[in-house]
Amino acid sequence: MASVTMIVNGKEVTANVDPRTLLAQFLREHLHLTGTHVGCDTSQCGACVVHVDGRSIKSCTTLAVACEGASVTTIEGIGTPEHLHPMQAAFRENHGLQCGFCTPGMIMSAIDIVNRKGHQLDEHTIREELEGNICRCTGYHNIVKAVAAGAQAMAAK
Amino acid sequence: MSSATGIGASVLRKEDIRFITGKGQYTDDVNRQGQAHAYFLRSPHAHATIKKLDISAAKKAPGVLDVLTGDDLAHDKVGGLICGWMIHNKDGSPMKAGAHPALAQGKVRYVGDHVAVVIAETYSQAKDAAEKIIVDYGVLPAVVDMNTASKGPAIHDVASDNVVYDWHLGDKAATEAAFKNAKHITKIDLVNNRLIPNAMEPRAAVGDYDAGTEVFTLYTTSQNPHVARLVLSAFIGIAPEHKLRVIAPDVGGGFGSKIFIYAEETVCVWASKRVGRPVKWTADRTEAFLSDAHGRDHITHAELATDDKGKILAFRVKTKANLGAYLSTFSSCVPTYLYAPLLSGQYDIPAIYVEVEGIYTTTAPVDAYRGAGRPEATFVVERMMEKAARELGMDPATFRRKNFVKSFPHQTPVIMCYDTGNYTASLDLALEMADYKNFGKRKKESAKHGKLRGIGFSAYIEACGIAPSAAVGSLGAGVGLWESAEVRVNPVGTVEVLTGSHSHGQGHETTFAQLVSDRLGIDINSVAIVHGDTDKVQFGMGTYGSRSGSVGMSAISKALDKVIAKGKKVASYALEASEKDIEFKDGRFSVAGTDKSLAFGEVALQAYIAHKFTGAELEPGLKEGAFYDPTNFTFPSGVHICEVEIDPDTGVTSIEKWTAVDDFGNVINPMIVEGQVHGGIAQGIGQALMEGAHYDKDGQLVTASYMDYTMPRADNLPSFQIGMTNTPCTTNPLGLKGCGEAGAIASPPAVINAITDAIGHENIAMPATPQAVWMAIQASSTKIAAE
Ligand code: FES
Ligand code: FES
Repeated sequence: MASVTMIVNGKEVTANVDPRTLLAQFLREHLHLTGTHVGCDTSQCGACVVHVDGRSIKSCTTLAVACEGASVTTIEGIGTPEHLHPMQAAFRENHGLQCGFCTPGMIMSAIDIVNRKGHQLDEHTIREELEGNICRCTGYHNIVKAVAAGAQAMAAK
Repeated sequence: MSSATGIGASVLRKEDIRFITGKGQYTDDVNRQGQAHAYFLRSPHAHATIKKLDISAAKKAPGVLDVLTGDDLAHDKVGGLICGWMIHNKDGSPMKAGAHPALAQGKVRYVGDHVAVVIAETYSQAKDAAEKIIVDYGVLPAVVDMNTASKGPAIHDVASDNVVYDWHLGDKAATEAAFKNAKHITKIDLVNNRLIPNAMEPRAAVGDYDAGTEVFTLYTTSQNPHVARLVLSAFIGIAPEHKLRVIAPDVGGGFGSKIFIYAEETVCVWASKRVGRPVKWTADRTEAFLSDAHGRDHITHAELATDDKGKILAFRVKTKANLGAYLSTFSSCVPTYLYAPLLSGQYDIPAIYVEVEGIYTTTAPVDAYRGAGRPEATFVVERMMEKAARELGMDPATFRRKNFVKSFPHQTPVIMCYDTGNYTASLDLALEMADYKNFGKRKKESAKHGKLRGIGFSAYIEACGIAPSAAVGSLGAGVGLWESAEVRVNPVGTVEVLTGSHSHGQGHETTFAQLVSDRLGIDINSVAIVHGDTDKVQFGMGTYGSRSGSVGMSAISKALDKVIAKGKKVASYALEASEKDIEFKDGRFSVAGTDKSLAFGEVALQAYIAHKFTGAELEPGLKEGAFYDPTNFTFPSGVHICEVEIDPDTGVTSIEKWTAVDDFGNVINPMIVEGQVHGGIAQGIGQALMEGAHYDKDGQLVTASYMDYTMPRADNLPSFQIGMTNTPCTTNPLGLKGCGEAGAIASPPAVINAITDAIGHENIAMPATPQAVWMAIQASSTKIAAE
């Protein structure tokens, strides 16, 4: 077993884990933060995207122990039903989700895109940047609209 | 449209709040006290006998609670998985269904078949222990190719030639006679590529046996928890229905693949009693690729007879359908009754004859995937229409228009009776939205840049609202396909609707509430939709075949009628008026011609306090249920137009413009309906351009991860232009036809018709990858050079 300490959604957590525990597993099974999903085992789908020290990463291919001392933000850490993050609100307003399984990863990736590329995002940029996130339900049409709207709403905040 | 939240309004979804904040509850999010974990040892061979299975070392591995095999299933008298639809051969004899044990009994039949299950304290321990199981396989030749399957070794003893059935539909003699009079015959050979559904949430199950009450609870990723309970009880024999509760919580997409009752959930629920602990299993993505039921996989030869004016005389179709190694829950009906009756398309075709052979191969079972049979039929019809138009030298839109069914009801030669439609209206709108008249200019413009531009049509029809019970019963279904609903009004006037439909992305919590809000005149937030739990909802047939609106909501509508009727009775006592004078409008019961009225909530309270009608015939309370059995299928239809530009140097196809015009009848929530269309089109484009399951000659699935199976991603797809026409369905109370599958049905032939138009070469298989397109261009340019 290995000890690991990190800050998750603003709170410090310490745990003893099997060293092979993945960050996604750690979040879901140890911290019961089940908003982070696992949709594949080849780092391809993006359902598991979280932010580590402000950058988006795939938590299914990151060891929990590799995040020692890091600050991790998950979908549960960006907004609440009462106080939605502008990107969360944009996904709802633009019907950017159906089954909701890809959605947490999509929203975390979308926020990261805005952080890197700014608030005025054209369709081409959004589509290219969403390459690492698969959605089987929406055909991406409304996700693209949601990301563009969410990016602008983030500027207004 | 009656209000901002009523029928016809694009109401934002109620369920979204939990999904966008990470508070959805999917099956893998469920954890039970004392839960153990299951890992399935799967066959590495496509076809083998199990000569020896030694589990002794695995049983002793750290953390292991038990290792279970097919012998244990047999010992506990757990029955095999079933196929619920009997198909009869041409000669009237029944199809050949081989046994399908949840864990192998002496033989494995595809890579990924279930050999044994290890149950341990942790998933890692179960997985590690599985490596200690020793299996001595007697490897047999794989049977992969449908064309040579009859020469291979028998996969099941009951089917020595690996043919499940040899079935037909239509009038052979009339069709042959019409072909004799044909002026022109168009022939086409098509492969409908094998697909893997890939809902983003992998399948999962948690079985939990309570020894105190002897009740089993199964949490599972199901589109139809009541059907799962019925099968697990009545056929597999886990427990009687009152001792088995099935819960399908939030489900992350289904597309058909979560209709079926699979080995894993059967084993988890059974094993929870064996080991005395809750047992959880969640597929990893490779397991999903290997063991989820696959879709499509047809080989077809078709011929179309036309007269000298381009009028269709007859159509004949011969199809081989791969059903995989075992018959999955509804697999047998997909290439038969969900396929052949759609081969008349939107066209008036006097004679049709279809022959279908269902084939066993040593591959994963094949069953319904979004559209199920109808995309396969549409691909045949719409590729044929385009090719025939080209051969006849007619504009493809004109050729279709000429042959459209124009009066309704229309009885086709293949079972279906279309109640209503207006195919010309959809075509006209689509042509306008796609700016068809200027296509030639755009083609020239592309040519200037060295690009090939093409346009392709698809005028699809589907049969949804599955299905009239009497009709499906006469065709071999083991169940009726009605739906149930219960409307419970609380004393304060809030409402719970219990429905047998299941939502796994479709947004029922919103659309069903819209119907209730509209009819009862109450706030949409006063309505809760309850589904997915057999202990709460009495019964239901679930969600597939675009049936939740036309069948599920029709049941709710019937129950609402009863609530209003009873409300009138209650109001008549409360308002001291005759029942026949009570009117209900905009959420108020009033006495006609007076200003006396009560709000819906006040009447609900009166129904429960019952102060005004003690001793009368009226019972207290306000709760009504209904079952709705449709009298016909519904027939959504539409026209999709795809415009592509191809780079002849690389073979890369880019979709420049997509126009979809659909007639879904009345629409409850246009925003949600459009979302369904977008998702369906994306899956269809995936099938046409990039997706394809591939088994090698040894029966190994080569495409078993997202590294190898190409999923459509955001940068592969365009935005879509969506238009709608409306001829309300005449056979259900709400005039709904269903929209869930249309996009996936319409789109593949539109893409391939556009590509073949661009490159001037008919022979291109799906998926039309850059390599396939490039090779087709080379083949046609060699031909051009040689001519
Ligand atoms: S679960 Fe991490 S990329 Fe798929
Ligand atoms: S909403 Fe279902 S996978 Fe994206």
